[in-house]
Amino acid sequence: MDIARVISKRSSALWAPFLILILLASLPLCAPQYTIILLTTIFMYIVITVSWTMFSGPTGYISLAPAAFFGVGVYTSALLGLVLPLPAIIGIGGLASFCLALFVGALTLRLRGTYFVMFTFGLVELLLHFVLWWEVNITGTTGRVVPTVNNTKVFYFMLIIFVILMFALYTIRGSRFGLALEAIGQNEDAAAHTGVNVTMVKVITFAISAFFMGAAGALMATRWTYIDPKIAFNPLLSFMPVLMAIFGGMGQLYGPIIGAAIFAYLEEFLITRFPYYYMLIFGTIMVIAIVYMPEGLVGLIRRLLKSSTEGRHART
Amino acid sequence: MPVLEGKGLTKYFGGLVAVSNVDLHVDEGEIVGLIGPNGAGKTTLFNLISGALPLRSGTILFKGQKISGLKPYEICRRGVARTFQSIKVFPDMSALQNVLLGSYFGVSPGMSSMEALREAKEILEFMGLSASSATRARDLTLASQKRLEVARALATKPQLLLIDEMMAGLNPTEVAQAIELVSSIRKNGITIIMIEHVMKAIMNVCERIIVLHHGQKIAEGTPQEIVSSETVIKLYLGERARAAS
Amino acid sequence: MIVRVLDIGIAGLLLGGIYALIAVGLTLQYGVARVLNIAHGEFIMIGAFITWSLYIIFGINPLLSLAICGPAIFTIGFLLYRTLFRRLRISSASPAAFEGSSMLACFGLLFIIQNLAILIWGADIKGYSYLAFPIRFWGQTFAANRLITLGFALAIGLIFYFFLTWSRLGKAIRAAAQDAAAAELMGINIDQVLALCFGFGALMAGLGGTLLSMSYKIQPTMGLEYTVIALIVIVLGGLGSIPGSFIGGLLLGLVGSIVTYIQPGLSLVAYYLLFMLLLLAKPTGILGK
Repeated sequence: MDIARVISKRSSALWAPFLILILLASLPLCAPQYTIILLTTIFMYIVITVSWTMFSGPTGYISLAPAAFFGVGVYTSALLGLVLPLPAIIGIGGLASFCLALFVGALTLRLRGTYFVMFTFGLVELLLHFVLWWEVNITGTTGRVVPTVNNTKVFYFMLIIFVILMFALYTIRGSRFGLALEAIGQNEDAAAHTGVNVTMVKVITFAISAFFMGAAGALMATRWTYIDPKIAFNPLLSFMPVLMAIFGGMGQLYGPIIGAAIFAYLEEFLITRFPYYYMLIFGTIMVIAIVYMPEGLVGLIRRLLKSSTEGRHART
Repeated sequence: MPVLEGKGLTKYFGGLVAVSNVDLHVDEGEIVGLIGPNGAGKTTLFNLISGALPLRSGTILFKGQKISGLKPYEICRRGVARTFQSIKVFPDMSALQNVLLGSYFGVSPGMSSMEALREAKEILEFMGLSASSATRARDLTLASQKRLEVARALATKPQLLLIDEMMAGLNPTEVAQAIELVSSIRKNGITIIMIEHVMKAIMNVCERIIVLHHGQKIAEGTPQEIVSSETVIKLYLGERARAAS
Repeated sequence: MIVRVLDIGIAGLLLGGIYALIAVGLTLQYGVARVLNIAHGEFIMIGAFITWSLYIIFGINPLLSLAICGPAIFTIGFLLYRTLFRRLRISSASPAAFEGSSMLACFGLLFIIQNLAILIWGADIKGYSYLAFPIRFWGQTFAANRLITLGFALAIGLIFYFFLTWSRLGKAIRAAAQDAAAAELMGINIDQVLALCFGFGALMAGLGGTLLSMSYKIQPTMGLEYTVIALIVIVLGGLGSIPGSFIGGLLLGLVGSIVTYIQPGLSLVAYYLLFMLLLLAKPTGILGK
């Protein structure tokens, strides 16, 4: 009987994501446009947060570069939108970010923790101000128009990026590469002396995570129709994944997903009506999450569940 | 034929001499003990051989090829493995995963997963850790963690193993077990250099002993020679002890 | 030509004085209290806006505002450390973990303070005119307020330097900077000292904000730029060194005025580029050990 339960549990763990996925994929048939747009935004945040966690979770290096990689994707879309079909643009946007991350990673991943954070944050601001200067002084424009794609198509592509990301994540976790990554996070020196090319593993993971951010950026640009450097390289997009992952809890794979979904919904709800209140709430939750919820929402719920079941056991 | 040869190895920390002009050679199949007071430069020497620290001057040859200047992972893949004085296991990975990493990334990285798994299990068995292969490393006892470090190093299939204080903090039974383990590792054809403060272990296992003091090699010889060497007695017991005897 | 060089040089010095002052604040917070305060610029912004409000609404002399802003912002900083960062310090597994989590908490503070300021004062650029008459020397004309700003910045820095070197509390702070755990064993109330340090850092930022508001336009989003400037200066001057902060500040002021002279739009790009190159080359500071 125990075995039967284990099997059913395992198969439900396998089938549940598939069911949800099919449900999501069939949504555009019946749901209103508004829901589709909201879900696209939510999945964009999920993609960015999960790919951020892919690198920063196991290694402990806090990257504030997501906005840079996302922005590179956005500009790829703006530059090539008229020339190439959408899948090609998404791929190129991802690759451009991948290459940028290889370069940045090779330069910086030997830096100590805090310096790495500052550097990645500097990267976003540098790109933002450089592109801003370039557009005003060299090309003589401020913003660019991106050819639009219909909402349902954008939604499907975002879903595809998400599925590929999850697939990549699971493949890495189960592989020897993933084992090496985990080892680096726990003791970098020991990993190096056990034959792991520490720098290469870190740089490649950093670049893979950047690929997905770039791809998401290239796709989202088509939904915005008009972009400028301040939209493309919005530093807030660097903080969102950090907050979402910490808030959700990085110990479990679904922690960042839950965190991203909650915040994306909150943002949609608040940002148009009360932008400054939204940012204020954003900051407050960030501080509270860091100080009081070190294991995130998932960790908090687990602890509560555990203490409540323990309480019950104690009583019986 | 020497497995390891070091010539004029020198390392400074700021203005402080950590290792100064040390020559050493280790023959295939030997067990060499490295002793000396705290701060003599023993661990620094290990760090130089394994590539954790860059040399100030000097060269290190492994099987006749230069390894000084290589990165730690490259030196490991050439066949030099090490353990750490302060334990550096991967705390949240299981004992098996700790060892698997060595099988995956050591001297023969192309191994299939099945083969690596079989090998990792064999090594755990050999080190007497089979029972705790699923245990997280942080939950193991000190003695087991030290053995796990050796197991992980062995999994990389080294020809030369550097063991940094495996016996410190162990009780007498555990020390006896550890001594036995070291001898049986050597029987498998692996050359060993070990840093050790537990004299009983050094005297029992090692064929040759190198004594470091203030970063310099001050004596070298068989355990008997070292025990009766005047410089070593002076170093360890002080002038008066010699006078009294 | 020579006049030009002199012009750029003096403009750089005037700018550098302020840079130095705000960098001293950050070097105290990061060098001693180990909090890499990314919200440092927000304290500058708060100082500037309080001064602006006092001047516009009550007509209070900005130089008098130094005495009002300083203590007020010191208190905010002190309390923040006693509540937030102290708790983080105790619950962090290692000093490195504390550095990481406290920096993220500072990013949270940045959002909170900036948006509170927007809600209070609005998002527009503001400014007022005070002592804006020209002064002539060396054949050059300068706005009086800029000279006063530089003078006050240097004086405040000097006072603080002597306070750190000679006072009892200053010695405790320097001991804590070397080794917090050892200082605690020597009977120093480390929580108190670190909180004071963080408060002094905020105080410097607040005073810097007051001085800035006399000669530059201000807006609620101005903080981050100054944080980055302060970071560059402490990386230039060496972490935890007050004289280093001053030299670094004046150097950066010069770089800023040279770049502004060549290509005004690129000054921020140049700052960030310099910042990143410094991090790569020598993160412990060019003038540091």
